[in-house]
Amino acid sequence: MPSDRRVIDILREDLNLTGTKEGCGAGECGACTILVDGESRLSCLMLAAQLEGRSVTTIEGIASEDRLHPLQEAFVEHGAVQCGFCIPGMVLSAVDLLQRNPNPTRMEIRQGLSGNLCRCTGYQKIVDAVKAAARKIGS
Amino acid sequence: MLVKSDIFRIGHPVPRADALSKVTGQEKYAADYYSPNFVWAAVKRAGVPHARLKSIAVEAARKLPGVLSVLTHKDLPGSNRQGIIFKDQPVLVDAKIRHCGDAIVLVLAEDKPTLNKALLLINFDYEPLPAIFDPEKALEERAPLVHENNPDGNLLQHISVKVGDVKEAFLECTTIIEGSFEVPFQEHAYLETEAGWAYLAEDGRLVIVASTQTPFRDRFEIASALGLNIDKIRVIAPYLGGAFGGKDGLTVQSLLGLAALNSQGRPVKMWWDREESFLAGVKRLPARMYYRLGAKADGTLHALDCRLYFDTGPYAHLSSEIMALAMEHAGGPYRIPHTSIKGWCAYTNNPPGGPFRGFGVPQVTAAMEQMIDMLAAKLKMDPLEIRRQNAVRQGDRNCVGVTLVNSTGALDCLETLAAHPLWQERKKWKESAGSFKRRGVGLACMAHGSGYGPIIPDEANAKIELTDEGKMRIFCGVSDMGQGNASTCLQIAGDILGQDADSMELILPDTDRSLPSGSASASRCTYTYGNALIRAAQAFKQRLFERASTLLMIPTSDDLSLIPGRIRHLPSGKEISLSQLAQLMDPPERTCTHYYRAPVAQEKLELHSSSKVFGLPHILFSYAAHLTYLEVDELTGEIEIKTYLSVSDCGRVINPQIYEQQIQGGIAQGLGYALSEDFIVEEGKGLTPDLSTYIIPTTLDVPEMVSIPVEIDEPTGPFGLKGIGEISINGPLPAVANALADACGIRVSRSPFTPERVLSAMKEKAPHEVKP
Repeated sequence: MPSDRRVIDILREDLNLTGTKEGCGAGECGACTILVDGESRLSCLMLAAQLEGRSVTTIEGIASEDRLHPLQEAFVEHGAVQCGFCIPGMVLSAVDLLQRNPNPTRMEIRQGLSGNLCRCTGYQKIVDAVKAAARKIGS
Repeated sequence: MLVKSDIFRIGHPVPRADALSKVTGQEKYAADYYSPNFVWAAVKRAGVPHARLKSIAVEAARKLPGVLSVLTHKDLPGSNRQGIIFKDQPVLVDAKIRHCGDAIVLVLAEDKPTLNKALLLINFDYEPLPAIFDPEKALEERAPLVHENNPDGNLLQHISVKVGDVKEAFLECTTIIEGSFEVPFQEHAYLETEAGWAYLAEDGRLVIVASTQTPFRDRFEIASALGLNIDKIRVIAPYLGGAFGGKDGLTVQSLLGLAALNSQGRPVKMWWDREESFLAGVKRLPARMYYRLGAKADGTLHALDCRLYFDTGPYAHLSSEIMALAMEHAGGPYRIPHTSIKGWCAYTNNPPGGPFRGFGVPQVTAAMEQMIDMLAAKLKMDPLEIRRQNAVRQGDRNCVGVTLVNSTGALDCLETLAAHPLWQERKKWKESAGSFKRRGVGLACMAHGSGYGPIIPDEANAKIELTDEGKMRIFCGVSDMGQGNASTCLQIAGDILGQDADSMELILPDTDRSLPSGSASASRCTYTYGNALIRAAQAFKQRLFERASTLLMIPTSDDLSLIPGRIRHLPSGKEISLSQLAQLMDPPERTCTHYYRAPVAQEKLELHSSSKVFGLPHILFSYAAHLTYLEVDELTGEIEIKTYLSVSDCGRVINPQIYEQQIQGGIAQGLGYALSEDFIVEEGKGLTPDLSTYIIPTTLDVPEMVSIPVEIDEPTGPFGLKGIGEISINGPLPAVANALADACGIRVSRSPFTPERVLSAMKEKAPHEVKP
């Protein structure tokens, strides 16, 4: 494939993994967030060549066979999902956040997710969900 | 099973049925369709606000390898006109360009890079025309005409409505306040931009999968624009990635249809990127509002005169209806015996105006709620007291003269707010501001009428099927754009039919399978469809019981009970599974439908208009009272909202989680409208073309919100509920404006209240007090 093919297009069009969403194509909204070598990255700004030798995790890859990731469970339980289009990116940003800061305050959660835009929720239930998931993972 | 299944109960915070598939990335939106041999479609847009189209040069684009087709207005089989009430918008421009986003040429190509290259190779020759960008100026005699054949010039609609005698009444007022307010465009900025997928099925029918609030109505518009028979069009509406009114009507649909007719049998995909969405999508109508409010010495409101100017841009869309709803709410939720409310909606060459959550009510609430505070200040009255004194009760008339016959909780909302610690402790909070910070609190009280008004039927058809596997399949008729009405359908039907998530299925709107149920708009989604669904479910239950009682050889169906997956006779314990029952019923018997039409206001108003008025008056209103805690930085003009309280009367709450979702989301969008969403247009061109220049709230911009329901039963509503989708977006702008005035005595007449505007206003008021 061309080395300048956008990673988001590889995921969505070539690999049929449409869980990763495009909201702006310019790195502003965070909807395209994936994990590359475990760290959150914006797939709309990455090119194929940048994936050489690296591992990619998308939203389709964080649940295990019989269980959701605790963040996914918490998002469902706490009503953090409305239209859902921002959610894959939001969840992966939260995964990254909790890896770096396993016990964040609500303000730290807000700071960690400030690069993910949501137009539906007003963010409160997203913060509730991340807080609950952090507690669950920690225990 | 990844998520625990629950019995559906009304009143319970049942997690949304769609949350699982969305949180795992499995749910497919209209933007998520691909196939091995699909084709991309996109349009070349005008880029100039007003011009006569002379010729189009497409040959270079047509010759580009990888381009399948380049289409102009000449290739359009039908009327080439679309629109909801007035069909005034070309699918592809034939004669005249009326705004920068007008579509000129449609290109089909193998891949995105080729598509983009082709678009760049297209040129068109045009004669620029003098343009008009101001709705008041557009109504002047020599203004350039946007639609030359409109006998009213640039006037789309003028409505004038009155109650009593406002001239006399002002003479009887001891205190009169005047104010003028200007509110800008607001961009929906849904995360999923306009998107769709289309193909010709084997039987030749056109199938369109679109991110649309209006799958049923879309067919009519597409049919007439493309010259197709309506039976030949199928529209499917998956979950939308947000809409808020911006997908109420055609966006990609007619372009996709045209593309699919020219794609040599291959499926077509169209997905507007963010810049195109900003350029071509409809926006909240900007407005200029002139208010005059008079009261008696004791604070009783007595007279209201307002003149409202709305800018619809190049096309009518639903702007006349938006203005009508605004006018009905211009006086707020208050008793005002004498009113004169006049509105003018004008065509301009600005970006196109259209529906956006609130539909005219945020605009007028911004004005009226500030007027109330200004009046309270002049009368030296407490702003909560003056609202309590004048709030409407059931049986009063609203400002256009309609009697409020249904539940009216304005006062209950205000009283609940008054008793809340946030109101009680406001003075203490204000007094503890830090250095260079000023603190204030602000109120807003609002109403929101739901439904379409008296002419267009607000109706729905519910459909339930018992599948041959014994599952209850609910055919949702109204698009779910994130508000959760599809889940609510399951909850309502599940409650009545005693089923759980495992024994139910949901079909999203599909014009081949669901039944016409109107648009996802006007805060009517759960009210109207829910009422149809309850009746369908109850009728179906009876039918199933009758069949079951025969099969179980029980004399009556009285002691039968529906439980997940089965029907049980409680006294004897005999039971039949729903899958067995389904096998013993004829297919037509296994489907139950029911129609519902919402009631309308019967009263005649003292109303004059330049053309037929749809969308006024209404008969069912939700109410709310909001309180915000605001802190402003004297050095930077930056506003921070510390807390936000909303108390809402939306009838009974059937799902507390979804209730909060709606209220919180509306507040966030309202705060954006108040503080940061400055959609700048100059000479018809948008200067804030993307999310880096048009700032919507992030996690750091929305405070913790408290949202309290006042549960007054609305007897006409499904399980007692009223509309909730829009009410909360009406409050933040005026609440913030009032809090700013409370904090430092300034009002900024033009929103949003950016730091620059706030700082200017502070300097203007007290140039010596504000440090440089």
